[in-house]
Amino acid sequence: MNQLDFGIVIERWDELLHGVALTLALSIAGIVCSLVIGVIGVAMHRTRTPLLQAPVIAFVELIRNTPFLIQLFFLFFALPLLGVRLNPTITAIIALSINGGAYSIEIIRGGVESIPRGQIEAGAALGLSSTQIFRDIVLIPALRAIYPALSSQFILLTLTSSVCSSISASELTHFAQRIESETFRSFEVYFTITGLYLLISWLIMTALSSIGRRHFNYPN
Amino acid sequence: MQKTTSANTASMSVSENETLIELKNINKWFGGFHALKDVSLKVSKGERIVLCGPSGSGKSTLIRCINHLEAIKDGTITVAGKEMKHDAKSIDSVRREVGMVFQSFNLFPHLKIIDNCSLALRRVKRLQREEAEVIARRYLDRVHILEQADKYPAQLSGGQQQRVAIARALCMEPKVMLFDEPTSALDPEMVKEVLDTMIGLAEDGMTMICVTHEMGFARKVANRVLFMADGQILEESAPDEFFSNPKHERTKAFLGEILAHN
Repeated sequence: MNQLDFGIVIERWDELLHGVALTLALSIAGIVCSLVIGVIGVAMHRTRTPLLQAPVIAFVELIRNTPFLIQLFFLFFALPLLGVRLNPTITAIIALSINGGAYSIEIIRGGVESIPRGQIEAGAALGLSSTQIFRDIVLIPALRAIYPALSSQFILLTLTSSVCSSISASELTHFAQRIESETFRSFEVYFTITGLYLLISWLIMTALSSIGRRHFNYPN
Repeated sequence: MQKTTSANTASMSVSENETLIELKNINKWFGGFHALKDVSLKVSKGERIVLCGPSGSGKSTLIRCINHLEAIKDGTITVAGKEMKHDAKSIDSVRREVGMVFQSFNLFPHLKIIDNCSLALRRVKRLQREEAEVIARRYLDRVHILEQADKYPAQLSGGQQQRVAIARALCMEPKVMLFDEPTSALDPEMVKEVLDTMIGLAEDGMTMICVTHEMGFARKVANRVLFMADGQILEESAPDEFFSNPKHERTKAFLGEILAHN
């Protein structure tokens, strides 16, 4: 075994930190879009209108039963044939959002189903529409109920973002591969990257917990 | 404001004879179970009706049909002159006239007491937050719980929560209030504060239909007591008559059960 030389890592530290920032940005964009897709998907599913429900079910089944890498390749390599050409980073955000969105729908749906019927009836008796009942009465307690599960799904999404290096999206793993291929210091590079991913996960988890404390911390 | 409870509240007059609620031959099925069988009922403005009967007799179902929490199969329901069909518009117009209080309070756990009360004012009546809160505070004061306005439901006792639920319904200024076993989920020491609130409402002339087994409340407040069994109204009479001289065998048996320990 060669002697360890972390000099290479220190030399290119700026690049690695840039990678951390990009991975954070990619993950946060993916998380926000996943949440939006999740909430809209559940709202559509909840209408019990087949026309709105069926696409949601089809979407969730399609995404949850196919590999993320294939979804990413499909967006990146197949869509241009249909005339849609996107840069790798945008493609990565879309892929992460679609993937995270499908899982979010399933998780949030569970939360919504855990809300007692009486809550919905109380809203109805007060004259609220079903959209208002969902938005003002059901959503917050539903998110609270599944927030830990949703948070770990979002951490998983953050880590999954490293797969996007395979379409050369600008993120940490891609930068690491570049440094590794230029220096052949595999151990040092991936050892460092491991630590940086731990840091990223910790940052995201901390942010999610503080959001949770702020919005879902009513006494129960 | 709630007045002191007086013994002669039962003699409170029904000021006008205007019909507020009319159920005509309504039928309700749960799958193969015939929950309401051709039930008809007329309620005049200012009337206070107590609905009692064994569990499964259809009394909760009956009042839940009035604001379309349950859909009837046939028959007609008219509230304040508006006939309720199954379309959202007529359901909404009926719900605007009808307040409801549930056995399990059903306050919204993520909203402060003041927001529980002002939510529907803002969303349904489209009032500004400030305006809605003024109204909410007025009704919270009326149920003597204004000091809890900035707490969350879970921080209140059951009796307090139920009083908030009453205030929440009153905020919408309904013409009639439905009570679905409002004291059944309460610890005994909290029943009185809720009943006192309801008596206060009755004294102010609110039209009320109460599903309850609180026979003291029925004696004190009701104009009519209705006894239901097997999806039908078997007997109805003034409370004195109802308790002292029940006619139907089922009523006698029921009163025997329920008054045995009183």
